[in-house]
Amino acid sequence: MSKELNPIENPGLPAHTPRQTDLDPKAEKRAERQVASLFMLSALSTVGFIYSYVWVKSDSYTFIPLLGDMNVQQLLLGLFMAGGFLFIGIGAIAWARQLMPDSEVIAHRHEFRSSDEDRKEFVETVKTQGAAAGIGRRPLIKRTLGAALGLVGLGPIVLLRDLGPLPGKQLETTSWKAGTRLVTDPGDRPIKASELEVGAVVQTMPELAPGEERTLNNTAKDPVLLIRLLPEDFNLDSERLSWTHEGIIAFSKICSHMGCAVALYEQQTHHLLCPCHQSTFDVTRAAKVIFGPAARPLPQLAITVDSEGYLVAKQPFTEPVGPSFWERNSQ
Amino acid sequence: MSAKETVPAAVANFVDERTGAAKWLKKNLTKVFPDHWSFLLGEIVLYSFIILLATGTFLTFWFDPSSKEVIYNGAYEPLKGLKMSAAYESALHISFDVRGGLLMRQIHHWAAIIFMAGMILHMLRVFFTGAFRKPREFNWVIGIGLLTLGIIEGFLGYSLPDDLLSGTGIRITEAIIQAFPVVGSYLAFFVFGGPFPGESFIPRIYTVHVLLLPGIFLALITAHLMLVWYQKHTQYPGPGRTEKNVVGYPLMPIYMAKAGGFFFVVFGVIALLGAIASINPIWMYGPYTPGQISAGSQPDFYMGWIDGLVRMAPPLETHFLGHTISWNILIPGLIVPGLIFTPMALYPWIESWITGDKREHHLLDRPRNVPNRTAIGAAVMMFFFVALLNGGNDLIATHFNSSINHIMWFARIGIFVLPVITFFVTKRICLSLQRADRELVLHGRETGRLVRLPHGEFVEVHEPLSKEELWKLTSHEQPGALALPETDINGVARRNRLVSKLRANWSASNAVQIQKPTALEIEDSSHH
Repeated sequence: MSKELNPIENPGLPAHTPRQTDLDPKAEKRAERQVASLFMLSALSTVGFIYSYVWVKSDSYTFIPLLGDMNVQQLLLGLFMAGGFLFIGIGAIAWARQLMPDSEVIAHRHEFRSSDEDRKEFVETVKTQGAAAGIGRRPLIKRTLGAALGLVGLGPIVLLRDLGPLPGKQLETTSWKAGTRLVTDPGDRPIKASELEVGAVVQTMPELAPGEERTLNNTAKDPVLLIRLLPEDFNLDSERLSWTHEGIIAFSKICSHMGCAVALYEQQTHHLLCPCHQSTFDVTRAAKVIFGPAARPLPQLAITVDSEGYLVAKQPFTEPVGPSFWERNSQ
Repeated sequence: MSAKETVPAAVANFVDERTGAAKWLKKNLTKVFPDHWSFLLGEIVLYSFIILLATGTFLTFWFDPSSKEVIYNGAYEPLKGLKMSAAYESALHISFDVRGGLLMRQIHHWAAIIFMAGMILHMLRVFFTGAFRKPREFNWVIGIGLLTLGIIEGFLGYSLPDDLLSGTGIRITEAIIQAFPVVGSYLAFFVFGGPFPGESFIPRIYTVHVLLLPGIFLALITAHLMLVWYQKHTQYPGPGRTEKNVVGYPLMPIYMAKAGGFFFVVFGVIALLGAIASINPIWMYGPYTPGQISAGSQPDFYMGWIDGLVRMAPPLETHFLGHTISWNILIPGLIVPGLIFTPMALYPWIESWITGDKREHHLLDRPRNVPNRTAIGAAVMMFFFVALLNGGNDLIATHFNSSINHIMWFARIGIFVLPVITFFVTKRICLSLQRADRELVLHGRETGRLVRLPHGEFVEVHEPLSKEELWKLTSHEQPGALALPETDINGVARRNRLVSKLRANWSASNAVQIQKPTALEIEDSSHH
């Protein structure tokens, strides 16, 4: 295999060089004292730890440069705990390095492969013992056992079925209906178109019926961003334009990529940016993806105003909000 | 006899009469372990695992893994009166109302980071020195398994507090599950007990995080260590060391003191980090709600590379017959990680197939002497580095005032180009280092001492190397190319010509080495 053998002989283990502590009894004593002092420091640290736990107030804070505001008790507990462990460790290592014998020793290795005889006997054993069960001679047993073993695992898997309900249409629907008012989040206040100045962004949720509670499951699908631009900034087809109201446009805030909240709005460029993976959507073109991994625009919510002048949804979302899934019909 | 002498004997007698362990212990207490700093990396991982078990147990005494909604009324003023999950509330309680609780949380998190970082460094050491070769392939595979589970375990761990940052991570995980073709939405509904976020996920991952995965870890780590024990540790080449021996120090007392001491040092250092270096300050993020997010959302580093891949993925979806496949999630989230981890796990067999080397190896390689393997390792590291970098592209953009789009495009192109460049550069560096070794062997060390010869010429005196140093630089093998005839021994044309051609080419590329000095050349050079 190799192109040539080693050009020189293995010179063997180098001679052992004695340490200072091997030669000088004074150095040895000094090392011993060092190790003992380290262990003592550890013991003192533990005393300090208990002192900090019992007597240091747990609600006092102090500012330490570089570290910031620190809870004094937690800091002292940590420092003393670190000391308690570190000094034992350093002491033990110093002990091993300076005082314990340091000549290297040689142990031998053996190949793992068993002797040919053992291997042959092993194979023989397997064959004869296996033959005793007669699995080769009884194909009926072999096949039924195979089938049974193959199926028995299904039991536990079937049991997992009740982990959750079937998705049904839940991924495709939100709480928005025709006429649902948009209310501020937080605050739950209905919004008049006139309250929004050009350039404003408001996070909204569908208005709750009296007594109804907002669940996190709804919060995961319902958030809508309202953005007001100058009507001439839009670059929309007539249908999408009719979904806006006096320059106010509404999009689902749930990213069409992986469901993060699309929270960053650049007023100058009219871009919405998702902080998770930097998908960037152009508000003027119905949230078209202009950068990043998202493959679809943010769903647009058609809005108008009701008789009292409050902003409402004209109709539910026309497509599912949030990340894609197998059953999603994106045609 | 004094008690000092009788007690150990009595204990030994008690144990041995019941187990017959004296013989085994006698032999194994003096078991020899070779010494090298790089062998400590695996120890760091083991010790941080023990720290994780201890601090994790402490945290479970207070942590309430429940998504039930509560109103916060604890010691941290800014969040008072806010609605949040019981999980988040109890994590705040541990941080502000339990003495030493914040410390334990921070030690737990730091230990997890060091556990993962230590595992990666340990794996790199094993890879670059060839320690994974026969007979240690099992341990390599167990190691890859531990690394994969470690990523999952870490992710579940930082998801548990249910703060705004970790909730965002769970949301992304849900999107990945949902992206599975055909069964995705069903899987997501089963895992979450209904639509996202539901109230089932936190208690479920809690069981996985504190029981299921730690149990598997314990089993795998035990198997890993038993194999190390049984197969004996590898050693670096050096004087007196051969494939047939182990040179080092005996377990008792040297390794007990050193490894035991090192355990305390690792715990001490992590405790120090936990004391002074704030990590995952969940109170700053606030409770999770799907409608909000904090800018600069970052996972921990061992997840960051996947996030980076997701960020750079092209915006690809397939729509057909009323169905959607999200390639922009499947490729970076599942396919690419699978395509990397599978060959990684199989690498020992791939390499031995290419080199045709089926022997046992106990002496480690110096990375420069195996340029192709070293270059592959460096290229894969570069791949992960670019992915990880892109996982922090928003922070890089804001800190260095650069365009996020430029960084993303750099990563999208770099993820393909840079590993290839890294491969060739690393290979050249390895060969240059081999050349330097050869020079050193033939001409000795430059002493920096200039001597003027009688006829006026100045020369620098070179000092010849000692026998030990010469051995270190020349004892490695240099593989030749594998001879792979077009037909096999029976004269039948080989099947799969393309594969065997690939194998032959790779093997030939392995054989590109700087010829190490021959005995004659060394002999010759010592006469100048």
